[in-house]
Parts: sequence; structure tokens; C-alpha cells
Amino acid sequence: MSLPLFFFYLFSVIAVASAFMVIASRNPVHSVMFLILTFVNAAGLFMLAGAEFLALILIVVYVGAVAVLFLFVVMMLDVDLAQMRKGLLQYAPIGMVVGAILLLELLLAATSVVVAPEAAGTSALPIDNTMDNTRALGQVLYTHYVFLFQSAGAVLLVAMIGAIVLTLRHRGNAKRQDPVRQVARRASETLKVVKVKSGQGL
Amino acid sequence: MGLDIGLGHYLTVAAILFTLGVFGIFLNRKNIIVILMSVELILLAVNLNFVAFSAHLNDLQGQVFALMILTVAAAEAAIGLAILVIFYRNRGTIAVEDVNTMKG
Repeated sequence: MSLPLFFFYLFSVIAVASAFMVIASRNPVHSVMFLILTFVNAAGLFMLAGAEFLALILIVVYVGAVAVLFLFVVMMLDVDLAQMRKGLLQYAPIGMVVGAILLLELLLAATSVVVAPEAAGTSALPIDNTMDNTRALGQVLYTHYVFLFQSAGAVLLVAMIGAIVLTLRHRGNAKRQDPVRQVARRASETLKVVKVKSGQGL
Repeated sequence: MGLDIGLGHYLTVAAILFTLGVFGIFLNRKNIIVILMSVELILLAVNLNFVAFSAHLNDLQGQVFALMILTVAAAEAAIGLAILVIFYRNRGTIAVEDVNTMKG
């Protein structure tokens, strides 16, 4: 067995096992940890496929941002674990049936896929092996796909504004700035000059 | 792609991950956080397929599209968790079965 194949099996076995633990784990915090493990191993698989930039982006975005976001929410909400354990397997039979059928169909499709020989030369953006992956992606992302890139930015902006608007809560007792009152202040209203006799004080 | 890692290998792993994600949605009816994580697993499986086909067909377009999926997945996670937080604030529970205000 060659070294890439060994690493492929290593990464995929750990990824699948930890993906199973994500859905089977009782504690949501453990689920998030296994999700991180899944994504790190999937990043390894991406790396083996030659998509180095996507592999590292996966680690940065998922392990660095999304997983931490999940962890933050899991820990912030006071979830009753005992309540959650009840009736966990209620929908397991139908899930098992749907999952088995889906897996069977997908595996049938995956193992019988044949790429037409004439499709080899028709790729729209052939991968240039003399250039590293990040440079190749950057060269098309900012030229051919600049509108796609901009709209991805717009999606993220809308998501950010949406998340802020949804979770923002105005509390009555919070101290706030009132710019109108600040600007309308006059020295005569707020300042008083007092003559103090020497040696007496106020 | 390595010389002996075929397209079928990647597609099989992605199929298993996808199925685990779908199964997770069915299994965790009490906990919407795990459902969101299952959706992330499904999107990861899709990304794996895109990258595998990109490497197999020697075409960079698959990786560009995988990047867009990553963007949408991150946005979806942020919005989903924000909705979850306000739902918990209003109702005090995150069980999916209790979400019946809209009578869906």
C-alpha cells in the first residue's frame, strides 16, 4: 500500500468514525469536538486531492470560526441533558430505513460512475501543475469569478447583519449615549461659578 | 490526486458522510444543535464530492464552487445559531418537537 493510499484510509476512517460520534454522542459539547475532528480529517482528504487552499480554509473557517460558534451556543444555552436523552431512538427505525436506502443508492452511483474519455480534454479551467493551488485559485477567483466572489461576500454580510439583528436585545436599564442632548448642552446650564472666601470653604 | 486513490474512494467516503448527516437529522429530534451539525456534515460531503471530481477531471471550477459552498455553509450556521438563541430566549427549550408556533 502506497503512502497516499494509507493516509487516505487513515483520514477517511477517522472522519467517518467521528462523524458517527457527532450524531450519536449524548453530550452536545462532545458532538462539537467530534465535528472538529471530522473537519480536520476532511481537510486531510482535501489535501490528498490536491486542494491545499480549500483544506486550510476548511480548518480556518470551521475549526476556527464555526465550531467555536457552535461551542459558544452550546455552552451559553442551559440545555437539559436528561430531558434530551428521552425518546432519542424514537425516530431511529425510520431514519435507519431512509439512511440505508440512501447509502445503497449513493454507493451504487459512486462505484459505477464512469467518466467519458472525451470529457478529459474539455475542462473549463485546467489545473496547471506548475502553479501552486492557492495562486491558481486566486487567479481565477478575482478575474473570471469576480461577481461570484462579490456575491459570496454579500452573502456573508447579510448573514452577519441578520445574526446581529436577530440577537440584539434592547435593555431598558442600559446606559446609552444621547447625542442630541449632548450637543444641546450649554455652559450656562451646567456650570456655576462660585465665589469662595479665603479660609472658609464652601 | 495520488496515483492509486481513485474517484470511487472519495465518492464512497462522501456517500457515507452524507448518509450519517441525514441519519443524524432523524436521530436527534430533541436537539436542534446536533441537527445543524448534521447539516454541516452533509455540506462537507458535498464539498468532498466537488473536490474529488475537480481533481479527477483536472478542472479548477469544482474547487471554486466548493469555496462558495463553504461560504454559504458558514452563513447558514451563523443564522441558524442566531435563530436558535432567540428561540431559546423566548421559549426556554431547543427541542424541535416543541417548535409548533407556526403550525407547520
